Amino acid sequence: MVDQSAEQGSTQPSTSVRNAVVIGGNRIPFARSGGPYAYSSNKDMLTAAIDGLVARFGLQGERIGEVAAGAVLKHSRDFNLTREAVLGSALAADTPAYDVQQACATGLETVIGLANKIKLGQIESGIAGGVDSASDAPIAVSEGLRRVLLDLSRAKTTPQKLSVLSRLRPRDLTPNAPTTGEPRTGLSMGEHQAITTAKWEITREAQDQLALNSHHNLAAAYDRGFFSDLVTPYRGVTRDANLRADTSLEKLAKLKPVFGKGAAGATMTAGNSTPLTDGAATVLLGSEDYARRHNLPMLANVVDAEAAAVDFVHGAEGLLMAPVYAMPRMLQRNGLTFDDFDFFEIHEAFAGTVLSSLAAWENEDFCRNTLGLDGALGTVDRSKLNVNGSSLAAGHPFAATGGRIVASLAKTLAEKGSGRGLISVCAAGGMGVVAILEAREQ
Amino acid sequence: MTDNYLNLVNSGPAGKLAKKLGLPRPAVLRRHKQGAPLVPGPLLVLGAGAAADSLASELLGWNQDVRRHAAPGEKLGAVVVVLENVTAPGDLGAPILELGQAVRQLARGGRIVTVSRPAKETTDPAEAAARQGIDGIVRSVGRELRAGATANGILLRDGASVQAAAGALRFLLSGKSAFVSGQFITVRDSGQAGGQDEDRPLAGQTAVVTGAARGIGAEIAAVLSRDGAQVVVVDVPAAGEQLAAVANRIGGTALQLDITTADAAARILEHVQQRYGSLDLLVHNAGITRDKLLANMDTARWDSVLAVNLESQLRINETLLGSEVFAATGRIVCLASTSGIAGNRGQSNYAASKAGVIGMVRSTGVALDGTDRTINAVAPGFIETEMTAKMPFATREAARRLSSLQQGGLPIDVAETIAFLASPAAAGVNGEVLRVCGQSLVGA
Repeated sequence: MVDQSAEQGSTQPSTSVRNAVVIGGNRIPFARSGGPYAYSSNKDMLTAAIDGLVARFGLQGERIGEVAAGAVLKHSRDFNLTREAVLGSALAADTPAYDVQQACATGLETVIGLANKIKLGQIESGIAGGVDSASDAPIAVSEGLRRVLLDLSRAKTTPQKLSVLSRLRPRDLTPNAPTTGEPRTGLSMGEHQAITTAKWEITREAQDQLALNSHHNLAAAYDRGFFSDLVTPYRGVTRDANLRADTSLEKLAKLKPVFGKGAAGATMTAGNSTPLTDGAATVLLGSEDYARRHNLPMLANVVDAEAAAVDFVHGAEGLLMAPVYAMPRMLQRNGLTFDDFDFFEIHEAFAGTVLSSLAAWENEDFCRNTLGLDGALGTVDRSKLNVNGSSLAAGHPFAATGGRIVASLAKTLAEKGSGRGLISVCAAGGMGVVAILEAREQ
Repeated sequence: MTDNYLNLVNSGPAGKLAKKLGLPRPAVLRRHKQGAPLVPGPLLVLGAGAAADSLASELLGWNQDVRRHAAPGEKLGAVVVVLENVTAPGDLGAPILELGQAVRQLARGGRIVTVSRPAKETTDPAEAAARQGIDGIVRSVGRELRAGATANGILLRDGASVQAAAGALRFLLSGKSAFVSGQFITVRDSGQAGGQDEDRPLAGQTAVVTGAARGIGAEIAAVLSRDGAQVVVVDVPAAGEQLAAVANRIGGTALQLDITTADAAARILEHVQQRYGSLDLLVHNAGITRDKLLANMDTARWDSVLAVNLESQLRINETLLGSEVFAATGRIVCLASTSGIAGNRGQSNYAASKAGVIGMVRSTGVALDGTDRTINAVAPGFIETEMTAKMPFATREAARRLSSLQQGGLPIDVAETIAFLASPAAAGVNGEVLRVCGQSLVGA
């Protein structure tokens, strides 16, 4: 790997444009797939999340500048998922919308895209978000059946049709269910992460401890009412259904490894990996002028963001390690180090992902030789990490995670009244996105 | 929540049968409709003296068809009896017997309203007797009326002029008071009297309604919004889904909040100040029941009911009344209950909380006398809600028929009364407990 920061991308902080602010957020409680939202579609959940946001901020009948959202597991009929959700919501029907799809970074990318439009003065307000249902996932017919059906629609005469149908084989009737497997490697995300976790020698105990912190922090945040203006119940679910407030290291230690079982000393269990989850999240963004005119709060500024990708296909890097590369580029551009941040939101796809990233940033050799830095990037203060819980406890409806993180971090910054927050989200395809939020000056 | 019996007796043959058998025949009440006339026919003003003349000309100013004497055979929309100058029981006979003849001509959904003075404000026994006698008259006539007609009274406090009765009179004549009967509203000269936009009396005002996710609270929010208010709907986070739906239906904002928390009032004021600037109206509607006979009552049931229904209101009011965000003309309306007046088996905790609300309202009302702020309570009787739909059949039927109107009220009836108490027209009403019970026998 060469020094990516020197060769590509912007090295100038974008300070010459106006501010884009996070006004607030709303999500529905997340729930394990096959659970209470088993029969809710992406459109249902995204609409509910938008409607809760509308109710919180009194946006009924209002034309929002643009709504951007997306889903990772998406039916082909949902080509206009976000626009359809807007039409079903209490927003004005003339609110434009577009879909984004960048795997697990989808939600964060919608925030970045809309924030940039606000900064440039193209829109005054925006709703960013994402939704995913692993329960109501699309199931496709096999390639064989699909070709037969398409040819059949083109066949004109009965003999032609019969000829096409005769190509059908029993195995063609088996449908294709979606998987979290990478198309180019055939490995699941968990198997990919198991390779990385082993490479960075992350222990089972460290992973379980991270999972435990996530559950305890999320439970404590609920108990102190932190989510009362971030979450609106849905279908009778009032808290994230994956949350185990009473879990312990002993309970987590009892779980059997589920990934990387081929090698000795497998460490990744269902307890320190995120489950398949259903849920939706939204974030209301605006210009300062918009927020003031509508008497709305301003929780935090969206400062900057950076995306990166790694070549996991040929084994040069782990699938979920791209944020490790994006981070120094963004920090350098803004003249910041880890010491300049009060909160770190590192998405817990797996405990191993977070811990491998932290280890990489602390590793002198890796930072010099692979990231092209002068030395180790730095150490993240664990007491500032995922202070209100993260995906291991809340669950991870792929595209909804970004919105959850941005809204929670913005509120955390507003509560503190000063400081900065750092976001890091890994994504399938060897991608990752990082972003900076900053508290509003009081 | 549907009163099947009411629907049945209002449909042809079954109604005739009920009449022959002497069964109750509850009427479909005359409720408020946008653009409908104030009363369903000419208005008869009875009583001698300058005050009666003055009120008659006030009503003429409302474009009402006003009579000073009933024309034979003519259906009357309402009868207003001005008795503010009675000094002895002998003064009652003539106007009341004339009222008796007029009652025969009262239209369906008609109204009878007396205007008099509080008995306790005179030291002359004969005058007090005459004034108190009106109480007995109104409550008796209310029980005699049929076809959804009601009888209520207005008491002019502290020597108030008859004009002070205008706001309450309009409410009692209108369809908005459909389930209010046998009640008295005490009014004072407010100095704020004046015209209000009758279609949107709360225009430009901000209201907070607690317990607004469903039932009566959701209806209150809807009526306040209809009357022009910006409404913040509040309920516990667990009810957030329904709360958001209410907010989106009425164009308000949803605030998920447990009102029993120590900082509840601060959070309400913070939300209102940021979004709307100031607070004009708070409706304490949130309430819970945890019924048990007292012998079986436990601490959890007792404490939770008192905490939600009463202590939260006390705490929030204290903060509110000390805050400049709460407008100088701010209104507080609390939900009491006829259980708090008459008691109810199995509801010692609930009745304690609701009677407590009445005590709180009267006490705070005294403190607010002389200011432009007011506090009042509404005490609903049997109202058709999801909660009362779960009552045992016989108990529910009894509760419905044991009122002069022989039916349960609807959430809208409670909401309309609250909207009246919130309106500029009620500026002279303070420290009052107004029952919305169809003149139930319970606690009469």
